[in-house]
Amino acid sequence: MTLPPFELVVEKHGPTVLRVCRAILGYHEAEDAWSETFLAALRAYPDLDPSTNLEAWLVTIAKRKAIDQHRSAARNPTPTAELPEAADAPPDGYDELWTAMGELPLQQREAVAYHHLAGLPYAEIAEILGNSEAAARRASADGMKKLRAIYQGASR
Amino acid sequence: MNNVFAALPEVDADANRRLHSRLVAAADSAGLLDVAYRTIDSPIGTLLLAATNDGLMRVAFDCEGHDQVLTTLADRVSPRILNAPARLDAVAHQLDEYFAGRRSAFDVRLDFRLAAGFRRDVLRQLQHIDYGKTASYAQIAAKAGNPKAVRAVGTACALNPLPLVVPCHRVVRSDGVAGNYRGGTQAKLTLLALEARQR
Repeated sequence: MTLPPFELVVEKHGPTVLRVCRAILGYHEAEDAWSETFLAALRAYPDLDPSTNLEAWLVTIAKRKAIDQHRSAARNPTPTAELPEAADAPPDGYDELWTAMGELPLQQREAVAYHHLAGLPYAEIAEILGNSEAAARRASADGMKKLRAIYQGASR
Repeated sequence: MNNVFAALPEVDADANRRLHSRLVAAADSAGLLDVAYRTIDSPIGTLLLAATNDGLMRVAFDCEGHDQVLTTLADRVSPRILNAPARLDAVAHQLDEYFAGRRSAFDVRLDFRLAAGFRRDVLRQLQHIDYGKTASYAQIAAKAGNPKAVRAVGTACALNPLPLVVPCHRVVRSDGVAGNYRGGTQAKLTLLALEARQR
């Protein structure tokens, strides 16, 4: 078993990793996290065990990059004049989703995104979150329940 | 509310294109772009061009299956492979000129790492066959230092990782028949006719 060309990894998993980053980090921060994730992945790629679940591997790197980003943002708050280069305006409904996601504890937000957007099994999610499979499943279920409640509350 | 995540498109093509270009640029400046590739259209089908930092390493025909070629490069050279056209701009431009009959020699750095030993010696000899000329397998065998290795010359041509740029299409059988070609006999005939016309 050999590693596929990295281009195929970007093609296959790039869109999903971007969705996950957008759900956890917000629209604009997501692109920087994505870029750092794939550059770090490219660096480490030749030494990767070919049997690795690539999506879980990329999400793990993205999580690390996201934490770094939060830390450095907390240390050096960027002046509002230097907002990251705004790509496009987020699509309709994104702001509502982001507001709702913001009401979830980080672990629930992550569990929801890893399971419902990246399609990772709870065993993999538990490894990323550093908890048990049952706890990962619960975090995702609680998160979804809360998201639905927020949405239903808003639509009434 | 069926899908909470409806506001997050599964594929945002614009964003992914933009992020891909950013990745290519960052990878290149970090020295992580081991193999850059692109494809170009030509009269003998779509060609895949792949280069390392040392130069052009592979030219592949449609009939070889470009995905298969990239998979082999990932295995033999490095899996750090990205679709990164800029590194191949010069050779792409020169190939366009060649097919238009406006260029008779290529001026690009070549990376011969996919051919070793006698096969590489043969490729070096092929570079001396001028545009519009041909040589026989036997002549090349003699020039490469092993007159008896006619079949081995045939193999070296058949496995030439850099066809067109290293002109194995100019090697023909002693009886004048064009002979086999990695891109198919028809492609070889097309190239020989193109060069005969322009001479």
